[in-house]
Amino acid sequence: MDASWLYMYMPIAGVDIFWPGLVLIGYSVGVIGGFFGMGGAWMVTPGLNILGFPMAFAIGTDIAHIAGKSMISTIRHSKFGNVDYKLGFVMVVGTMVGIECGAQLVMYLERIGRIGPVVRWVYVVFLLLIAVMVFSDYAKAVKKKKQGIADGEKGTEGFTWYKTLHKINIPPMMHFKASGIYCSAWLPMVVSFITGVLAGFLGIGGGLLRMPALIYFIGVPTHVAVGTDLFEVMISGLYGAFTYTLKGRIELVAVFVMLTGAAIGAQIGTVATKYAKGYGIRLAFGSAVLCCMISIILKQFKFQTSAAVLILGTIGIICIYIMVIMFRGAAQELREKKNREQVTVRV
Amino acid sequence: MRGIFNRCRGVLAALWVMLPAVAQASGEAAGNIVVVADTRRVTGVMHYFADLYNSDILMFAIWTVVLTVAMGCTLGFLMDFIMSRTGLDLKSRKIVEH
Repeated sequence: MDASWLYMYMPIAGVDIFWPGLVLIGYSVGVIGGFFGMGGAWMVTPGLNILGFPMAFAIGTDIAHIAGKSMISTIRHSKFGNVDYKLGFVMVVGTMVGIECGAQLVMYLERIGRIGPVVRWVYVVFLLLIAVMVFSDYAKAVKKKKQGIADGEKGTEGFTWYKTLHKINIPPMMHFKASGIYCSAWLPMVVSFITGVLAGFLGIGGGLLRMPALIYFIGVPTHVAVGTDLFEVMISGLYGAFTYTLKGRIELVAVFVMLTGAAIGAQIGTVATKYAKGYGIRLAFGSAVLCCMISIILKQFKFQTSAAVLILGTIGIICIYIMVIMFRGAAQELREKKNREQVTVRV
Repeated sequence: MRGIFNRCRGVLAALWVMLPAVAQASGEAAGNIVVVADTRRVTGVMHYFADLYNSDILMFAIWTVVLTVAMGCTLGFLMDFIMSRTGLDLKSRKIVEH
């Protein structure tokens, strides 16, 4: 049987690619990115590499795809009221300046010849810190819930560091309506600057760092943190797509094929946040971060195959978990809606 | 307890010694390679963009951003339209953390 129709020629990378694989990667990362509020470069790049893209093309193509995918997810999240545009715009300034400072730091380390190990291990340490923070926050929240302690309308929360940070009264003070917070404008600017420096330094989009920073340091509810972070990823992704294209390392055809899958996946991931509690999202996010960290350690010690298997396995399991949340929640909502309509007809 | 601490210290010291060798083993940077799109196997719009990539990379970069935005918006609003037909309430949600 001739299977050539399943392969598409990529004129810039000069390779024939199994296009259903591209659609599947786009779909999976759309589901996960829409649910966690991150780009997911750590998932897409190895996937593209496995399909046959040279590494340099995999990174550039991935960044452009992330920008388009984040746009689709942001549109859906904004309908739910999960995007705090005011906070997003305030943070964009800090993020951009931070990314540039991080890139300068990388160039300095490059000059003194310490770039490789420092960057990789700083990344691993930060991922470990995030995972530890997320899981200990969950443990604390469970403990508080058992004791019957609740934090306002949002329910029980573990770490509430943001309450201390909100006491900083440096003008201008700003009210972020969608997030329901009132704080100094310097707080999100400084947080976005620090996460931007780290993102620029580590050469990543920054969603992995910004999403927990929004929750723990600024006090944004998990759902709004997901939507607002996607808005940030969209802007930084478009900028990244432009610069990577100037370097000639992008395959536009692959971006479009992946976006068709991402369009469906992003809807599922985004709508699933409606049926998930904040801590459900945080826990799954912590697990993803942990797997990302282990895969980097494996890569560092040249266990490339094991790292790829771990990443693809993580993508598969988290994707199924999110799809179950979405379809169960949607089915229940439709059942309840039908019951309400039947009761109304009887009355 | 002290034994575990000493062992961890040993592992960390070994990692620190091994790191430079691992970093040096990485491949040559791909930044200096000039990539040329192969226009022989593509036709129509794809031929146009492959040609543009070879001749005017700045214009190609602008087109990439514009087309990514256009594709993202088109698919986003199209999927939004399809999802609105499912009967789900897609305009409200309750924020519960735990």
